[in-house]
Amino acid sequence: MAETPTRHVHFPGMDTTVLGADEIIINMGPQHPSTHGVLRVKLHLDGEKVIGSECIIGYLHRGVEKIAEHRSYQQFAPYVDRMDYVAAVSNGLGYCEAVEKLLEVEVPPRAKVVRTILTELQRIASHLLWLGTHALDIGALTPIFYCFREREEILKIFEKYCGARLTTHAFRIGGLQYEVYDGFEEDVKRFLADFDRKIDEYEALLTTNRIWVERTKGIGVLSAQDAIALGVTGPVLRASGVKWDIRKAFPYAAYDRYDFEIPVGSNGDTYDRYLVRMEEMRQSRRICLQAIEDIPSGPILGKVGKVMKPAPGEVYHSIEAPKGELGYYIVSDGTTQPYRVRIRPPSFINLQAFDTMVRGHLVADVVAIIGTIDIVLGEVDR
Amino acid sequence: MADEPTSKQPEKRPETSEGQPPARETSAQKPAEKPAGEKPVPPKKEAPPAWPKPLDNEMVRRFRQRFGDAILDALEDRKQAILVVAAERLREIAEYARDEEQFDMLTDLTAVDWPKREKRFDLVVNLYSFPRNERLRLKAAVGEHDQPPSLAPVWAAANWLERECFDMFGIRFEGHPDLRRILLPDEWVGHPLRKDYDILQQDTAWVRENLGIESGQ
Repeated sequence: MAETPTRHVHFPGMDTTVLGADEIIINMGPQHPSTHGVLRVKLHLDGEKVIGSECIIGYLHRGVEKIAEHRSYQQFAPYVDRMDYVAAVSNGLGYCEAVEKLLEVEVPPRAKVVRTILTELQRIASHLLWLGTHALDIGALTPIFYCFREREEILKIFEKYCGARLTTHAFRIGGLQYEVYDGFEEDVKRFLADFDRKIDEYEALLTTNRIWVERTKGIGVLSAQDAIALGVTGPVLRASGVKWDIRKAFPYAAYDRYDFEIPVGSNGDTYDRYLVRMEEMRQSRRICLQAIEDIPSGPILGKVGKVMKPAPGEVYHSIEAPKGELGYYIVSDGTTQPYRVRIRPPSFINLQAFDTMVRGHLVADVVAIIGTIDIVLGEVDR
Repeated sequence: MADEPTSKQPEKRPETSEGQPPARETSAQKPAEKPAGEKPVPPKKEAPPAWPKPLDNEMVRRFRQRFGDAILDALEDRKQAILVVAAERLREIAEYARDEEQFDMLTDLTAVDWPKREKRFDLVVNLYSFPRNERLRLKAAVGEHDQPPSLAPVWAAANWLERECFDMFGIRFEGHPDLRRILLPDEWVGHPLRKDYDILQQDTAWVRENLGIESGQ
């Protein structure tokens, strides 16, 4: 590989020492509104066409995995909320379930169902934030106001349930810390009652909007084969035509009780990823509607000690977070602190597909492609 | 730091027993009552460690047949399959797992540091098979100066994962197309997820030079 001209500019497999007359290398971010945080992208352009890219990440690195080794199992739980901070409930669910698997503790059915409801509401909230900002990036100013209106209702439910809107720390290892509040069912039902019509409203703004279709169809195509090789998961994988969802493949929480479909796309482009996420919101609503009708009674916390000492060993557990497979690999040495916690962040691995998706497109499409992967830098960098 | 929870436990115990007298007392009384009754033996539940168990199934036999001594052990931990393999042959084994055993997706690749062992790192590779809906974990012991083969030619996903592993542990993967740090700055000295890297430690020279502050803490 050739020596690169400047210290940081480095495109694997590409000679950047000699640039053609129309070639240019530009820097995008980390202070750029469309990068959804502090992503920095180096773009190698030929005219306005992208012929190579490099993502530079780590600006938000806080060493979460190192911190985990110095906290007890319970103490570490709030930290996971700060990775994907727009879907904190999902992060918490994955961590709690992984530790429960390590401890071999059974969670009471009531806790499982409440967890499922809150996690699906979180998925809707996360997708709403994605939709609003993604449309905003592409130039549709209106949807974000509608999306935030509905997201606010979900955050209010979280706030009433556990006192926090974003970094919720809603669950505890073994079940739930809090019983649901009086009127929880009514609040959730009221939100769900007309949410499908709200989704129709968003779709009316975008799905057949000629500008939206022009800006998203055929942009950032990722084939199923590439997606699997790159380890891509979540809506991005499903939009490429792979029907795979951990809620069905390895059912956790209470997902095995409910009927829902896994939406898939066929073209693997930005438009399909948009359609998949829209349909996922409808399916999440469907799961919540079934769950809220029938919350079992009983205890909310399983048999866990105040001091948690899992037997030495290891476990890998993953859940279908809004952005893809969120996995926790935890190694126990038999003490109260985990020996090692590895977090498999969906955003980090999905972002690796960015280069494949962006090549051959225009600079304006880069913004659409960053948005369509739906990354959260807190999770990419950890 | 590491002592924190253990030093707190003795202090906390009296609090919890005050706060929750029924639960604590009954659990303390039970073993005392039972020996006085009929069965003195059952409460003594000093079961042997449940995990890991040896694993032996069709797939393990196929791996053993194909790679012989390179499959060092087959274990099951919390009902999850683990193959302990020789690091030198990791790529071959990974290729076989992908092509013949249908483990088509690399879910995760990471390491665990065990500084007291002869080979200090455990390389941990989590695989998933779409057709079989199964997971498999490959583990390989890697010494501090060993260079395990890169899996990037087998799964494109390994590229960034191995870079992160190099960044955090300092494991050099042989044949990686672009082995550089990924989360920390290129010039950073040290590999933070090693056990001998203290949680408060940092590359002070880098911080001073690049951020213009004395400490990032």
